[in-house]
Amino acid sequence: MSINQEPIKGKAFVLGKNIDTDQIIPAAHLVYSLEDPEERKLYGKYALSGVPIAESGLPHGNIPLTKEGETDSEFKIIVASDNFGCGSSREHAPASLEIAGIEAIISSSYARIFYRNSVDGGFLIPFESYEDLSTEIHTGDELEIDQVNHQLKNVTQDKVYKIKPLGSVADIVHAGGIFEYARQNGMVPAK
Amino acid sequence: MGMTLTEKILAKHSGRDRVSPGDNVWVDVDILMTHDVCGPPAIGIFHKQFGENAKVWDKEKLVIIPDHYIFTNDKYANRNVDVLRAFAAEQDLPYFYDVGTDSYKGVCHVALPEEGFTRPGEVLFGTDSHTCTAGAFGQFATGIGNTDAAFIMGTGKLWVKVPETMRFVFEGTSLPPYLMAKDVILQIIGDIGTDGATYRTMEFAGPGIKALTMEDRMTLTNMAIEAGGKNGVVEPDEVTEAYVKARTNKPYEKVYSDPDAQYHSVRHYNLEEMVPMVAKPHSPDNKATVEEVEGGYLDRAYIGSCTGGKLSDFRAAAEIIRGNKVKLDTYIVPATTEIARALETETIFGTPLIDIFREAGCKIGNASCAACLGGPSDTFGRLNNEEVCISSTNRNYPGRMGSKQSQVYLASPYTVAASAVTGVITDPRVFIQETVI
Repeated sequence: MSINQEPIKGKAFVLGKNIDTDQIIPAAHLVYSLEDPEERKLYGKYALSGVPIAESGLPHGNIPLTKEGETDSEFKIIVASDNFGCGSSREHAPASLEIAGIEAIISSSYARIFYRNSVDGGFLIPFESYEDLSTEIHTGDELEIDQVNHQLKNVTQDKVYKIKPLGSVADIVHAGGIFEYARQNGMVPAK
Repeated sequence: MGMTLTEKILAKHSGRDRVSPGDNVWVDVDILMTHDVCGPPAIGIFHKQFGENAKVWDKEKLVIIPDHYIFTNDKYANRNVDVLRAFAAEQDLPYFYDVGTDSYKGVCHVALPEEGFTRPGEVLFGTDSHTCTAGAFGQFATGIGNTDAAFIMGTGKLWVKVPETMRFVFEGTSLPPYLMAKDVILQIIGDIGTDGATYRTMEFAGPGIKALTMEDRMTLTNMAIEAGGKNGVVEPDEVTEAYVKARTNKPYEKVYSDPDAQYHSVRHYNLEEMVPMVAKPHSPDNKATVEEVEGGYLDRAYIGSCTGGKLSDFRAAAEIIRGNKVKLDTYIVPATTEIARALETETIFGTPLIDIFREAGCKIGNASCAACLGGPSDTFGRLNNEEVCISSTNRNYPGRMGSKQSQVYLASPYTVAASAVTGVITDPRVFIQETVI
């Protein structure tokens, strides 16, 4: 993920509301090692494989995040409606999205544990939009997130939206996760 | 101005006189629990961050309860239990409930109270969203990820944003004979939505609480997460004390909300006026009364999990199933080995519960999470096709119990049992006469 504050650029992957962690990474796949460099790629392969295919990659649907047989996605930014990441506490959820190549999410709201895991683990940046953008933005649109001015630009549609500042978690996000933040503040000894 | 129970616990554990909603505080952790799904990655992060020879902050406070993928041939799942076993040996952990031994327990959220780890006034974190169950004992308990768990393993601390509290006040002096705590919480989640309590505490209170057993209260706090809640909590009373003191000698300090505590909102429910509820596919807030969906098509019934696999859940189901044959494939999965043993000794009119289920044609599984969250393809009771299931579990998002093509209705054990006997969605009042007061 981007711990400097440079713009995040890439293609949008659009989803609806209440995308729970079983849809992000189905429970049957939680068995793979996150440390083994080869085995962990399976999380990229199966990321978002629990989303009903008609609702995967809106508005048209029927678009998997990663193509058959691949572990990397062509998409970089998820755009979603309310309550993204609800359900279980599995950190494998933000991890699988990062492994697939997702760098940021823009949602109108998040479930608490998913949001926290994304930030503390430094997997990706969960940005909040002021309005639900999942009906405005189309899967495949080229997006640019301006982290300094809190703006999202849809290059394809030539539209600009304000997004919310990160608030109290900004320091942890910019440190790159809870361990890096704690080291900077002397709570955990330097490595 | 006063504080809520949750605010008081977080203030005390962060060394402050008081905290307010929105404050970020670092709290001292009393218990960290992990299991076979999230334990191995948490252990990996712990070693990466603190060193290969690092020791956990306090081995008396780390509890490891394998429960998710136990009775499976999946090689990765079995490897993960091996990772826990090696870590428990390396760290000389006294509280590791290993698979295949007499100490094996089953579902962590029911095992934690059974083993005396849920004590009023304490702070408990677990690598599972249903860790909020432990709030039934008047403590602060919530689910976290692998990174946060690894951080606690090394430091004994974690940052918490102090939540606002929503208060749910129960009026009435008893539950109607056909009603269970599951109906109450499904009604509440249906009313406020799956994000209705996001970032907040759900505090269950009022005179009606006295009518609820410890297991009833656990059903309420267990599903706080299905409304997005950070934690669910019930103030401790004599019922709590009786349960906890039978399980542990450790001292604890009970905490109560102040009369002038500030709440985000207050909602009132009269237990005596509530009716059996379901959550229809595919969301826990997709509410309907059982009456509204009565006669609906089903293939399967499932009774189990941290939500609906406790002894009182099986006793309720057995009351209805007794003397009948089930018309659906009906799966019975006790949450823990203690409950599994109790099914052999608890009786209704002299017949052990296990015999009631066997004679009715139910399939009995081993204590574990089993099909509540699908799991590997050989998991007991997993929905592998287009089945429609009525279940006493907690979540029914697409694919939760296995196949994306399956459908799950969430309901109380009474309603699941009534439906198993008739073969279609059935109101338990068909079997349980209403008492006219």
